[in-house]
Amino acid sequence: MRHTQGRTSAVRSVAALMAGLVVVLAACGGPGSSSSSGTSGGTVTLNTIFMKQAAYSEDDVKAMTDAFMAENPNIKVNLEFVAYEALHDKIVTDQAGGAGQYDTVLVDTPWPAEFADAKIIQDITDKIPADFKSGVFDTAWTSAGYKGKYWGVPWINDTKFFFYNKKMLADAGITSVPKTWDEVITAAKAIKQKGTVEFPLVWSWTQAEAVICDWAELAGSMGGADFVDDSGNATFNTGGGLAALEFMKKSIDDGLTNPASLGFIEDDVNKTVGAGQAAMALNWTYGLSVLNDPAKSTVAGQIAVAAAPGTADTATAGVNGGMSIALTTSTKHPDEALKFALWMASQKMQEKYDANTLPEWKASFEDPAVTKAAPELFAAAKEQFAALVTRPVVPYYTKLSSALQVAIQEALKGTKTPKEALDEVAAKLPDLQK
Amino acid sequence: MAVLARARSARSQRPWPETWVAAAFVAPAALVILLIVVVPLGRALWMSLFDIQLTRPGVEPFVGLGNYIDQLTSGEFWGSTGRALWFTGVSTALELALGLGLALLMDQPLRMRWLLRSIVILPWALPTIVNALMWRWIDNAEYGALNAVLTQTGVLHRYQPWLSDSDLAMWMVIGADVWKITPLVAILLLAGLQTIDREVVEVARVDGAGPLALFRHIILPLLTPVILIVLVLRTMEAFKVFDIIWIMTHGGPANSTQTIAIYAYQTAYQGFDFGRGAALGYLIALVIMVLAAVYLRLLGRTGRT
Repeated sequence: MRHTQGRTSAVRSVAALMAGLVVVLAACGGPGSSSSSGTSGGTVTLNTIFMKQAAYSEDDVKAMTDAFMAENPNIKVNLEFVAYEALHDKIVTDQAGGAGQYDTVLVDTPWPAEFADAKIIQDITDKIPADFKSGVFDTAWTSAGYKGKYWGVPWINDTKFFFYNKKMLADAGITSVPKTWDEVITAAKAIKQKGTVEFPLVWSWTQAEAVICDWAELAGSMGGADFVDDSGNATFNTGGGLAALEFMKKSIDDGLTNPASLGFIEDDVNKTVGAGQAAMALNWTYGLSVLNDPAKSTVAGQIAVAAAPGTADTATAGVNGGMSIALTTSTKHPDEALKFALWMASQKMQEKYDANTLPEWKASFEDPAVTKAAPELFAAAKEQFAALVTRPVVPYYTKLSSALQVAIQEALKGTKTPKEALDEVAAKLPDLQK
Repeated sequence: MAVLARARSARSQRPWPETWVAAAFVAPAALVILLIVVVPLGRALWMSLFDIQLTRPGVEPFVGLGNYIDQLTSGEFWGSTGRALWFTGVSTALELALGLGLALLMDQPLRMRWLLRSIVILPWALPTIVNALMWRWIDNAEYGALNAVLTQTGVLHRYQPWLSDSDLAMWMVIGADVWKITPLVAILLLAGLQTIDREVVEVARVDGAGPLALFRHIILPLLTPVILIVLVLRTMEAFKVFDIIWIMTHGGPANSTQTIAIYAYQTAYQGFDFGRGAALGYLIALVIMVLAAVYLRLLGRTGRT
């Protein structure tokens, strides 16, 4: 009897000890992890996160950073690269609650609203030098703006250009670059007729932000891409949004768009065009250097670029794919982080590494030394940058985008008509806005 | 006098009772489990009772069971649960059928049986992520080996976008999972087969039972406990499936492969809704507990052989 009593009391004591520990730990529970950017004997270490694909290549970013570190020997910068699709979630999971390891994060155009409201990034309107504000394209500043303030330093000013295979078009008898989407369809039909490729058009329509970019760009020239009006009512299910989705569906039904596009991101589009399996496609600036690189493309030298086609009413439209470098609220070295961001976005750095991304400085476009590297591209950019459409910068953007991605895919698959699919999302909009 | 008696009885006690020693050894492991499992579980349960939106820090009203009711009345929740159940049902059934066949084969006295047993285990040895990436490439619409094999043998006329088609994507994901897990099921069933008394089988054969009758009346009933165990394990794992689907299709196209775990992840980390995400986590756990309870009752009823 004493033995049993001993065991019970032992168990009880251990249980009491455990319970006590749990209470103590739960009480001090919370984001207690300290930021890992440190200062040791005068050296400041910055942790930054960038994206892997599109725009500046990893090598370019590393080169720019090395140059920064050479100029500022007391600052060390740790770079991290993730795929764009993982960037948003990674920033959220790291910085949720205001504590995190990053000093700067790369922010896409629609994200400043969510991140600012969630107190992940900080307002740096007053810290940006005046020459920066006046020297950079206005449309580039849109990617960093929310509620009248600036939440990051614009770094990438990009839009989707129209890439086409000169040889395939010439072989099918097309002598001039298609300037409207109707002309694109005609050209595609001619190429398909000739038998050069089975599906002349390829797009990045996978269930990710990529499909929204394409859809917005098409909508921009087909009636407008203001998805939500000022009172928060949906406008994407009428006008430009609906017309664009119907155009997309028709191109699949007519056998002109590769049905695998429903699973493609921008890299896959490049691979398809580069393998000679498609004649025309939209892609970001980096597409040109990838497609004309003999090491990566079998059609190097045959690819040309032009401003995205439009319609009779609108000459061209481009989706604003700008991204900016924002300072986190958890950074312990805001001054050094800002210095780094301004360096990466400086005219000098941007002009030096413009093979994959165009500079965002107005002056660069006037400088023949810079534009001679890719005169077609700069000419197309000048046209399109003046006609950029922006995805809504609202705090509920990610939820809206997710709902639209599913709806667009259902419409393209044929499960619902374009009108049905978009109307459903419009009906859900008040829920998403909560 | 009484004082002396008490002192004597205290000294005659063993210095360290065995139960205390046992408790001391268990304590570190118990502490780790408490910290890593119980504390986060508790916090998640607490969070699920509030409306926590990351875009609105500091304002976290108490909603009680509001999050749970929200989810249980939402079409997306039932849709993704249905898909998870479909994935679980189909992949478990296929794994059992194929695994049983493989196990029976591996049990035969073949010449290179050792080679067969070694090769069979390879798919299971692959990390899930590697498996998912591999199948994503095999199913690729432009360069995939699957398309190549099917067109070159004349089964198909043109390449199919396996993972971009909302009707096919779920089957491709199930295929990848079945390919990886069947070896595990086969090995478990093989172990079960080897516990079957050979004498019983011999007697049945002497009595004139053919292979099919042997299987139906001797082997299958004796294997039932092992099959049930495999069912329990696989059902609980498959219902929670996340990584293989996330890598292969991200839940698409058009949400056709969005299972409940993926829906929970998207709610919490893309929708910034931590309250509802936590509630979803607990709902998943609830479903699994119900399934486990059902299975345990079944196991109890068949008894231990």
